[in-house]
Amino acid sequence: MNLTLFVWRQKNANDPGKIQEYKASDISPDMSFLEMLDQVNEGLIKTGKEPIAFDHDCREGICGTCSQVINGVPHGPMARTTVCQLHMRHFRDGDTIYIEPWRARAFPIVKDLIVDRSALDRIIEAGGYISAHTGGVADANAILIPKPDADIAMDAAECIGCGACVAACPNGSAMLFSAAKVTHLAMLPQGRTEAARRVCVMTEAMLKEGFGNCSNHYECQAACPKGIKVAFIAKLNREFIKAQIK
Amino acid sequence: MTLDGKCPTGPLSEKWDQHRQTMMLVNPANKRKYTIIVVGTGLAGASAAASLGELGYHIEAFCDQDSARRAHSIAAQGGINAAKNYPNDGDSIYRLFYDTVKGGDFRSREANVYRLASVSNNIIDQCVAQGIPFARDYAGYLDNRSFGGAQVSRTFYARGQTGQQLLLGAYSALSRQIKAGTVNLHTRAEMLDLVVVDGEAKGITVRDLVTGEVKGFAADAVCLCTGGYVNVFYLSTNAMGSNVTATYRAYKRGAFFANPCYTQIHPTCIPIAGAHQSKLTLMSESLRNDGRIWVPKDKDNKRRPEDIPEPDRDYFLERKYPSYGNLAPRDIASRAAKEVCDEGRGVGSGGRGVYLDFADAIKRLGTDVISQRYGNLFDMYEKITAEDAYRQPMRIYPAPHYSMGGLWVDYNLQSNLSGLFVLGEANFSDHGANRLGASALMQGLADGYFIIPYTIADYLSQTSPGTVNTGHPEFKKSAEDVHDITKRLLCVDGKKTVNDFHRELGSIMWENVGMARSEESLKRALELIPELRTEFWNNVKIPGTGAELNQELEKAARVADFLEFGELMARDALHRNESCGGHFRIEYQMSDGEAKRDDANYCYVAAWEFKGVDKKPVLHKEPLTFENVHLAVRSYK
Repeated sequence: MNLTLFVWRQKNANDPGKIQEYKASDISPDMSFLEMLDQVNEGLIKTGKEPIAFDHDCREGICGTCSQVINGVPHGPMARTTVCQLHMRHFRDGDTIYIEPWRARAFPIVKDLIVDRSALDRIIEAGGYISAHTGGVADANAILIPKPDADIAMDAAECIGCGACVAACPNGSAMLFSAAKVTHLAMLPQGRTEAARRVCVMTEAMLKEGFGNCSNHYECQAACPKGIKVAFIAKLNREFIKAQIK
Repeated sequence: MTLDGKCPTGPLSEKWDQHRQTMMLVNPANKRKYTIIVVGTGLAGASAAASLGELGYHIEAFCDQDSARRAHSIAAQGGINAAKNYPNDGDSIYRLFYDTVKGGDFRSREANVYRLASVSNNIIDQCVAQGIPFARDYAGYLDNRSFGGAQVSRTFYARGQTGQQLLLGAYSALSRQIKAGTVNLHTRAEMLDLVVVDGEAKGITVRDLVTGEVKGFAADAVCLCTGGYVNVFYLSTNAMGSNVTATYRAYKRGAFFANPCYTQIHPTCIPIAGAHQSKLTLMSESLRNDGRIWVPKDKDNKRRPEDIPEPDRDYFLERKYPSYGNLAPRDIASRAAKEVCDEGRGVGSGGRGVYLDFADAIKRLGTDVISQRYGNLFDMYEKITAEDAYRQPMRIYPAPHYSMGGLWVDYNLQSNLSGLFVLGEANFSDHGANRLGASALMQGLADGYFIIPYTIADYLSQTSPGTVNTGHPEFKKSAEDVHDITKRLLCVDGKKTVNDFHRELGSIMWENVGMARSEESLKRALELIPELRTEFWNNVKIPGTGAELNQELEKAARVADFLEFGELMARDALHRNESCGGHFRIEYQMSDGEAKRDDANYCYVAAWEFKGVDKKPVLHKEPLTFENVHLAVRSYK
């Protein structure tokens, strides 16, 4: 396959950045999208040019590091698929592909396709945990958890923290990310004790970090590689209102 | 020099308790005066940093990823072992201990393994308290499944993402301490040197991966939790960023490297699709609970799997190991797969694959049950191969996955360098020559939550806090050394990329120091690696500068270390004239092809001391004594 790429290049946070054109030749349909970029980069290096910087690590769709907007869609055209798990067989010979970084006010660009997503970590630091000290806890089977509740908690806990939901949202909101954590912990008896405080401090942290509000576009759900559902945002809102009434 | 593992005396089951009672403590008010560096935020690092922070120490934590949550522990799929015996199927701490020692082919330290088994239950309790959504049954109790090398169900799991959930638990505990101000986390920061002052580890030198700034950090103790080194093979199941640099540079500063030749080749990975391949993807071992592994009985069989009738199939694991069957330990299952492929019976393009077939399980349990158990794995398989494993068998092949070797540590997880502690996969201590499935998560969390908080206090109580700061000449020298490496890498300006060299090194390692090794192949590797290293330093091309985010430069420094480390691995493999666990020397095998150990001559830990890049390292031995376990031929038949 031969492709034309238009890639966002930006030297550092202060550089205005621009789109540049590259040719990707002799691409095998069995390559992953990132392996295609590897090949382009090898060519750039050999001709003395700077390779395209992009974040990636596990390349099996679980670490949440890779973060590219492909033809306007975070993680590209395949549903429930991270960029690293997207394969070139889903493109056609001769295609033109636009590759850009996550774009959101809370995610400043570091270089090329790499952005700073530490704002998401700060939302968790604000209170996205159960305050269990190491040691001195009860036996694991001491508190029974109904399977349906445990399953919902797990559905929410599958979030990989990639930030595609923020990149997809016209408001740059981190509601889906935060709602997944709020739901995961609120569904478990161990997490109920701090549920009210948690939802308040996490919401406050979201606003402080410059994430926008949720206005029900559902773009986040469509972009999420792990299928996290917007129903969790409703759960976050319910938890938030309950916490206000208390 | 004979090394002392410092195992406590007394009966096996009481060693750890007695040791805990005699270790010194640090007064609560004094804890904040001590600074501890923790490098790496995987299961071991995050749990250690969080637990030590909770105790009141001041922690400086470092990770090279953009967030602590992305460490490679996140990718572990199948589960975590514990001796809870919830299913009432005969499990016990002793049995978990014995299975682990036996699984490691009797090359681990008894006392360490027993301690690991005895804290395993606390880990599950801790994780549930943190909100880890383990699988449960309809009554609300925790569910278990089976893993290789065990005849009991002792593996706790969270769908196919157990590592992710456990890491997010440790990450949340870490986040809580960051908020509390006890932990100061540095992301996108790579440790490039260990600073040793008068024989004691007193800090590290770090490169900020965004600005390129090189900076020293001083501490009263340093914990390395930087994972394993199987990316020396280029293609492995590890993340692209996993590397040996932190542990290797500590080795170059005097820490001994133990058993580097013990590497685990995991049997169930997706086969290589072509030359462009950048990494290999693991399919969880848990699939072997319901999947049956087979190849055609005759060579060069071009029929589709569904067209091959039962009598023409060879379920080779079930045939060779009737009592463990498809759940034989990883090293045994991997070698068996290699054997049938070497015979020309492999499947898929290139003939390097075997079938993992779910047809019987689907017939017995239905598609829904299989999908519930392994749905995400089947999805992942389809994404990569474009094949539907519900309709046709998966194709799998072994791939480098885990390193049992690592920096040498004593029972307290302390290196021969005082003040340097090594946790998780980065140390060598618990898995012997082969690790059983679902034991890596157990070890990482055991080290971080339940062992280091005790043993590091014993060390710190005997040192005064803050004796060395970054103004010390050793810090300046270390920073100069780091700058020097960067400068040397950037000024080569050759013709080949870093990946070109890494790929070549990987192929040398896989061919000669891989699943089956011989004196001949290892000697060949010892010739080829230095040649490649010389070429690297004369012909590598790295664009850009050191004063900016430069991913090629990062990779180059790591590959430069792999090019030295590969030689150490080959040397260790060559010296060990026996086969054990993941180390298989073709000269040393039984008539039926099983590994032939030599307990009379090799029942020891091989710990290597660095003497210079082109000089032979010096071997130190720690004899392994087995007081409770009878050294037996490992049989899974």
